[in-house]
Order: sequence, then structure tokens, then C-alpha cells
Amino acid sequence: MSAVLAEATEPDEPRPLLRVAGLARRFSLPRTSLFGPRPELTAVADVSFDLAAGETLAVVGESGCGKSTVGNLVLNLLSPSAGSIRFDGEDLASADDTRWRDRRRDLQLIFQDSRSALDPRLTVEAQVAEGLEIHKVATAADRKIMVAAMLEAVGLGGDLARRYPHELSGGQQQRAVIARALVLEPKLVVCDEPVAALDVSVQAQVVNLLRDLQRNLGLAYLFISHDLSLVRHVADRVAVMYLGRFVEVAECRDLFAAPAHPYARALIGAVPAARSRRGRLVRPLRLEGEPPSPMNPPSGCPLHPRCPFATDLCRTELPALRPRADGRSVACHHAEASQADGLEAQGGSDASQPLKVFP
Amino acid sequence: MSAETADNAAPAPKPAAARAGRPVGAWRMPLLVRIAAAILVLVSLVALLAPLLTPYGYEETDLLYRLKPPFWSSLSIEGHLLGTDKLGRDLLSRLLIATQVSLALALLGTLIGAVLGTFLGILAAHRGGWVDEVVMMLVDWQAAMPFLIIALAVLAFLGNNFYLFLALMGLAGWETYARLTRSLVLSAREQGYAVAVRALGARPLRLYGRHILPNVMGPLIVQLTLNFPQTILLETSLSFLGLGIQPPLTSLGQMLGDGRDYLLTAWWLAVLPGGVIFLTTLSMSLFGDWLRTRLDPTQR
Repeated sequence: MSAVLAEATEPDEPRPLLRVAGLARRFSLPRTSLFGPRPELTAVADVSFDLAAGETLAVVGESGCGKSTVGNLVLNLLSPSAGSIRFDGEDLASADDTRWRDRRRDLQLIFQDSRSALDPRLTVEAQVAEGLEIHKVATAADRKIMVAAMLEAVGLGGDLARRYPHELSGGQQQRAVIARALVLEPKLVVCDEPVAALDVSVQAQVVNLLRDLQRNLGLAYLFISHDLSLVRHVADRVAVMYLGRFVEVAECRDLFAAPAHPYARALIGAVPAARSRRGRLVRPLRLEGEPPSPMNPPSGCPLHPRCPFATDLCRTELPALRPRADGRSVACHHAEASQADGLEAQGGSDASQPLKVFP
Repeated sequence: MSAETADNAAPAPKPAAARAGRPVGAWRMPLLVRIAAAILVLVSLVALLAPLLTPYGYEETDLLYRLKPPFWSSLSIEGHLLGTDKLGRDLLSRLLIATQVSLALALLGTLIGAVLGTFLGILAAHRGGWVDEVVMMLVDWQAAMPFLIIALAVLAFLGNNFYLFLALMGLAGWETYARLTRSLVLSAREQGYAVAVRALGARPLRLYGRHILPNVMGPLIVQLTLNFPQTILLETSLSFLGLGIQPPLTSLGQMLGDGRDYLLTAWWLAVLPGGVIFLTTLSMSLFGDWLRTRLDPTQR
């Protein structure tokens, strides 16, 4: 395994809720010519991470970098091409059907498009009750009470519960989706762009709701998003993904204060708030060109064609995601140079300041 | 919970009519469709109540009164409103029973085809891989063969009985349902709600029965109404050729076939059952077309 994480090195660490090791997923595409080989697309390549109970790990990256695929793999809605996913110490990919269905109670998802996420032909109430019915939780009467309580908790009490999805606003729909996922009291929720489709004002409400519920229910979130200001608000740790690989995993605060990987710098430097707060926190790094096609990734470090720090080493050798003394893991041959360059302008004194974007 | 703001102020509860998501007046039918619907209701009632309405037994022959004309002719005789056929059987009674038989056959046949095709379509979409390929191969195979030829071959080799005939009616249309269902299910499966229900741990029966099928039902029902006239016509063609319903039982197609020999002398023998077939199938097609435009959101 080329990627080892900081947590894994401490022997007395309690067992993580989720341990992902060497995860990869390739998709074969239709043939382009009659007899040629089927081209392959590597959506996720060698991703490893741990997620503790009650923790929020955000996965960020631009569209097409494979972050949603990571979510689907963790949920076991896709099967991995390589690697393992251990949830609560149990390898889910090899679990049989019945076991897999059982474990769904603890592993839920919330995704972006709440309108399509709800069955248009059932009331909100009926859809929230469904998970309880499937897992035969409690009696029918108790289930009703649980559903009502959950809907109340997400602010969809009373008359709203008996409506059909199209009779609700976008924010209400997303709360219904959240209620459906959380009524089973899962341990881990994969949030795939949970608020990207909502208005900014509603986004804040939904995000705060997610945080309240996390505190009350002890949930762990795998939070997939491209919205960095949002991620900074919710995440404990952040993994930056580029072309199917994690290039930097760090505490949220550390990452936003001083990203080490050149790609992380480019991403974070592009967030307006990251620059405007106290002069320039992170000197933005401009990457040239477009991300390369995942069907034909460059040799060595996937970022080297666009990276100003690239050397011959980068062109030939893929940097491993190495844990560093400061607790973060970075996959870059020149991380120190890149990080120092990013902080040059402001001296790094703000690194300890918590950053708040949301009120 | 600070949920009392912006998005809770959204849509007020709507009256039941608006609940279906379309204006109330949208279900108003054009005149032609109303006529079609009225004919369908009438024909269905006749088919249901046929044994109660017949003035004579449909098999009762009376050779003294053969080929008598209907009531409008001066040669018509008392008691036989639509005249008699070549064996002196009351044409009205036969027409009523024939309507019942033909409609029942077409209905059962259509339903068998719909259920079989829908099931295979879901199976193909659900399992994918070789199951999908086999089902779609069968679909292509059936679509490529003129069904009348298959039916002729089966009936000629296996002989004729009611149940075999019914099974054939069912096999006639299944492939359109299979193709339609497969594509509908494939796209519905990718919808968020289907993924979410799967992620909740639902078994396929719940996923398809409770969520996917109800959501793809609209186009299937329309297909049913469009397929129904085809099944009537198929029954008619086979009976006309003498391969369908066997005497003494009767059907619209068989009456049509019988009347063919007397077209010059007693045209009503063929024209009356032909008229019933024509009106029923036309009404059904008109109604189905209208239903399709109503249920298709892109045409609303």
C-alpha cells in the first residue's frame, strides 16, 4: 500500500468507524474502434483514509476528480476494483446480500438532487418511514412516533409531513431526504454535495441542521463537496482529491491556513474568503491548462504538467501520500517548497486562527 | 431548530385536484374522445351483460327462417331484430355473444402480454448481462417474425383450443411491453429515489413494486390501450381464417368470416360484426392516443 495515514501509525488508536485502504475503481468504456481494446477510465486510484465516529471528513476537488465515486464506493453502491473498505471492522464488499442489507442501517446517504431523491408518488411521511419498515424497527405505532419526531427535528412537522415531494420547496425536500437518511440512526452518512442545489440562505440552514444532528446523534459524515467555504465550515479534516487520488489530507484549519500540496494551494487560493480576511492568507497558485483526462493520466505525479514546482522527479515518479510531522499527509515531492511559497507573503501567523465563513 | 424562515413559508397546501400537478381543466375531453369513451362504455356493458340481453340462444337454429334481413327491410320478420344467418340463428344474439367473446379474449390476451412483457422487461433491466441479452434477443426475434405466421403455425400443428388461443393472444404483444418497461426501468433505476431506497436496504420486490413500477406505470397503461385494438384485430384475423374461435362458439372475426360468402345477398351478416370491430378498435385507439398526450408530461 503506497498510502499510509497518520492515524494508522499510532498503535493504541481505537478502531476507526471506517477504514478505507488502497481503494480503486476503474470503469471500462465502450470500444472506440471495432477491434481495439476497451479504454479504461480510472475514477479512483489508491485512496486510503480513516474516519472516526462522530468525525466529519470532507473530500474536495473539482468536477470529475472522483469524489462522488469515493462516496458510492463507501456506500457499496459500486464495487471497488481494488482495495478494501472496512466499516466498523467489517469488510462490506465481501458481505453477502442479507448482511449487506442489514448494515444499511448504519450507512446512509444524502445527495445533491433532492427533487429526484424523493419518490414523487409517496408522501414525505411514507418515505421517511420506509427505512424503519425495511429493517422492521419497532412496531407500526412506534414507527409512526419515530417518524413524526424525526420530521419534527428537521422542521417538517405537522401538515408538511403529509405532502408529496413536489408540494415542498427545495430546502424542505432536502430536509425530507435528511430525515429519511437519519431516522435509522446511522453511524456514517455520506453527504454528496448535500446543499449544492439550494439557495445560499437555505444552504446555511441545512448545513446547520446537519451539524445539530451530528452533535445529537454522534454521526460521522463523509462530506463530498466542491464548495470550499462550506467545507471549511463543517469539516474536521479535509482530503483534497485530484484525478482520482488524495493529494493532501489535513485538519481543516491547517489546510485552509497553509495548504502544502500545490493543487490544494490552487484550490484554496481560489476561494475569495481565504484571501480577503486578513490580507492574503494563502498566495494563490495558478495552475496552467485543464486537468488531464482520467482515461490517460500523465506519468509520475498527475499534476506535473500543470505544476510550477515540477521537476524531472515528478515526471517519472508518483509521489506517495506521506504522513508528515505536523499531522497532515501530502503526496508531493516538493510540498515544503510549495507550502513555504504559499505563506511567503504573510508569515504564517494566522495559521492558528479559526476561520469562519458562515455566521 | 431555526427552521421557521424562508423555506418553510413555501407552497401552501393545495386542493386535491391540483395535487396531481396539473390544472383541473386539463382532463376535459374533446368531443371525439367523449364519443369514443361512450362507445367503449357501451361495448363493455354489452359484453358484460350479453347473456342477459340475448333474445335467443346463440346456437339456436331455425332452418325455416334462414338469411332473414334486419328490421329496416320489408322482408324482416317479427322477433329477429337484426335478422338471421345461414342457419337461421338470431343475428343479434350472436353479435352480443361474439362481442363478449372477442372482447374477453382481447382483454385477457392484452393483460397476459402486458404482465409477461413488464415482468421480463424488469427482469432484463434488473439483472442485466446475459439475462438482458437473452430477453432482448427474444424481443428482436418476435418483432422480426410476422406474428400471424407464428400463430398459423402453432394453431396448425398443435390443434386449436380456447386456452392455446388465449396464450397466443398474450404472446402477440409482450415484446413491446418488454422493450418499453426495460428502458423505463433502466432510467428510473438511476433516479435518486431508487438509489436511496436501495441504500436503505430494500429488497428488489419493494424497490420495483413500490417505487419503480408505480412511477413508470403511465406509459405502460397507454401502451395497453394501444395494444388492445391490435389484439382484437389479431383475434379477428385468425377467426376469419378459421383458425381462431371454433363453431358453435362465435366471435366477431368468425361472424365476419361466415358472412363473407353472402356479401352480395345478405351484406349485413358481415357488415354488422365488422362495424362493431371497427367502432371498438377506433374508439380504443382514439382514447389511448388522448390518454398518452394527457399522461406524457412533455405534451401537457
